[in-house]
Amino acid sequence: MTPWIVQNLWLIPVLPMVAAGLSALLKRKERGLSAGLAIGSMAISLLLSLKAFAEALAHPALQVKIVDWMQFGDQWVQLGWLLDPLAAVMLVMVSFVGLLIFIYSLGYMAHDDNFARFFCFLSLFAGAMLGVVIANSLLLLFMCWEVVGLTSYLLIGFWFHRPAAAAAAKKAFITTRVGDLGLLIGMVWLYSQSGTLIFYGYGNGCLEQRAVTAMAAHATVAGMAVSTAIGLLIFCGAVGKSGQVPLHVWLPDAMEGPTPVSALIHAATMVAAGVYLVARVYPLMSGSALEVVAWVGAITALFAASIAVAQNDIKRILAYSTVSQLGYMMLGLGVGGVAVGMFHLITHAFFKALLFLGAGSVIHGCTEEQDIRNMGGLRKFLPVTFATYSAGMLALCGFPLFAGFWSKDAILHAAHGWDVSMGPFYLGAIGALLTAFYMTRQMYYVFFGQKRTPAATVTPAAVAAHGAGHGVEPAVSPRPGEVCAVEDPHESPSVMTGPLAILAVFAVFLGFVGTPAWPWFQNFLNGRGVAWDWAGFSEPGLVSTMVVSSLIVFAGLLLGWWFYGRKPIVNATDEDALESLAPPVFHALGNRLYVDEFYGVTVIALTRFCAAFASWLDRWIFGGLVRLLAWTVTGVSWLDAGVDRFVVNGGFDEGCREVSRGGRLLSRLQNGRVQTYLSVIAAALVVLALWLLWGHRG
Amino acid sequence: MTPLAGCLLVSSLLFSVGLAGALTRRNAILVLAGIELMLNAANLNFIAFWRFGPHPEFLTGFMFVIFSIAVAAAEAAVGLALILAIYRHARTSDVSEITEMKG
Repeated sequence: MTPWIVQNLWLIPVLPMVAAGLSALLKRKERGLSAGLAIGSMAISLLLSLKAFAEALAHPALQVKIVDWMQFGDQWVQLGWLLDPLAAVMLVMVSFVGLLIFIYSLGYMAHDDNFARFFCFLSLFAGAMLGVVIANSLLLLFMCWEVVGLTSYLLIGFWFHRPAAAAAAKKAFITTRVGDLGLLIGMVWLYSQSGTLIFYGYGNGCLEQRAVTAMAAHATVAGMAVSTAIGLLIFCGAVGKSGQVPLHVWLPDAMEGPTPVSALIHAATMVAAGVYLVARVYPLMSGSALEVVAWVGAITALFAASIAVAQNDIKRILAYSTVSQLGYMMLGLGVGGVAVGMFHLITHAFFKALLFLGAGSVIHGCTEEQDIRNMGGLRKFLPVTFATYSAGMLALCGFPLFAGFWSKDAILHAAHGWDVSMGPFYLGAIGALLTAFYMTRQMYYVFFGQKRTPAATVTPAAVAAHGAGHGVEPAVSPRPGEVCAVEDPHESPSVMTGPLAILAVFAVFLGFVGTPAWPWFQNFLNGRGVAWDWAGFSEPGLVSTMVVSSLIVFAGLLLGWWFYGRKPIVNATDEDALESLAPPVFHALGNRLYVDEFYGVTVIALTRFCAAFASWLDRWIFGGLVRLLAWTVTGVSWLDAGVDRFVVNGGFDEGCREVSRGGRLLSRLQNGRVQTYLSVIAAALVVLALWLLWGHRG
Repeated sequence: MTPLAGCLLVSSLLFSVGLAGALTRRNAILVLAGIELMLNAANLNFIAFWRFGPHPEFLTGFMFVIFSIAVAAAEAAVGLALILAIYRHARTSDVSEITEMKG
């Protein structure tokens, strides 16, 4: 007997989707109703998710429900959903963070004209994301995955009248599509190999023992097992969605979207979908596939962290930080298993959502300013934001006892113990140092020192924009030297600071569910019970890793203080401390290591060339053929028309005219006068008589 | 001049008078009277050919003319009734004005 909540797990994603559908039908001015629908459905989804979580606590074993969707040939395509600890944790995280961000959006988007549309998209996103989480079929997961990609596109381009936002939306969509192509191929291959896309189907699923052993035994190109190849193809999808190198370029640009979107989609949930996908298909991931995952993750972690050092946009720093942290999650999955990666995913979701919402609060309070050089001293003006942001920042750096410390340390520990290579560990450790460094830099720029007077004067347009609405970010990205403080920065309303406070609590304490002494989280995912045991710390190398990583964090913070805190930054136009130290390096990092430019001269140039060639082919070869044919047909038609007009029509018209003329002549006889008729009769009689007489004589 | 020729002469005169009346008169009643004259010319011919024909002992021509006169009476009644109806409809009995049957 399947419990009620497992039977009806589909309600969790469907409710927000229905809310999205309903609010799509609403008029634009129905703001309250639209937000109410979204938040209400999300709250119910959260309650159901909590019930599912309780169910998973009580029965950690996997529970599935499979339904037939459609038939072709003699095969049924099946869809289904599942409940296991992994899905339950994700459900609660997504619906909880989602709900908080929905509430925050009430304040942040309060002045936007398209408030209702925003909530419609958010609900659709939440529904699809929850669908990804509970899917028990790669097909269903893929469908939800694509809807998630679509809503990401719609929300990045929410302010589509800004060219940068529209371009960023396209870039995100197309870049993730590259990865999704791999996922699609992997999916098709998996279907052809195992005959099903259901993950777990009472022994017949594609992730279960039988299918996996069969696939592992079957070798393909270069001696790689089929399961490894499929796993790597599916990982391509995760690389695209989770912004791993080399497909990370879209994620920083995605910050053109409204800040709650950046928090919900591009920090907490959607980008974690890739990590979740890898965790979900973990049985397919053989050793060599996991090596690739670990290396990609480690390289991403360091690569993005180094770029984050030289960024000046508050949201871009966080975006690169997200890319870097996603790299840690992949590294965790690669070297330590599902629990290690997922633990970081969950803690990161909370503190990164917190940081983004905090950044949103800063931007909101600071007249849509995003350039950290133009901020400074905001500690005094935004006390709540400052306090919560600090909690998030320490959690992200991995400051001891904060949430990020436990999860990142678990990853580093696992990487340290990886028997393939020590490389990922070193990459991760340097990345951690840089993480602490760039977050300290950001904190000093934004919150400390004194309010910096920008070089340029206030433009009237900026004041007008601020008066018109907070939710509308400026039409052009702020340039250095442009004004921040038209008036004193102000703290955000409580509908925005409330979620910040709640998230801050989680950012501080969430790590305690997965400490080595009480690894509840890890054991829950693995379906085991847990007991308090200090002996967990005695695992070889664990304490030393912890000490090392703590020292790294302190070193990073200290370096940050040395460069940015020692002497307060006075002017917005001052050279960055690192810039004066090593200008070429700083500029390279500031230009994002020229990855975009590299793609510009390689992939995009190639695509352009192919497109131009195809266009030429289309225009002159195929188009020419078509035009030739068209001309021939037109000529024949002209000829036909001439024959028709002058021969057929002419002859017919002439005949008609003759008949008509004859009729007119004859009708003259019929004048209606009886006596005329009589005269004719009489004349005829005379003629007849004469003729008869003549005949008689002759 | 034989009696037959005299009769035929009278009859053709009568027919010519009738035809002239029918063709020249505007009044429908006079046209009808002209037609009656022509009919009677025909009756006169019947009588003349019977009386001076090979078998005057059989009353064939006489019988024919009796029937013809009866038919002419009925025809005159129908014709007058038509003329009355046309007069009511068109407010005139001038045949040259009644041209509704023009093609």
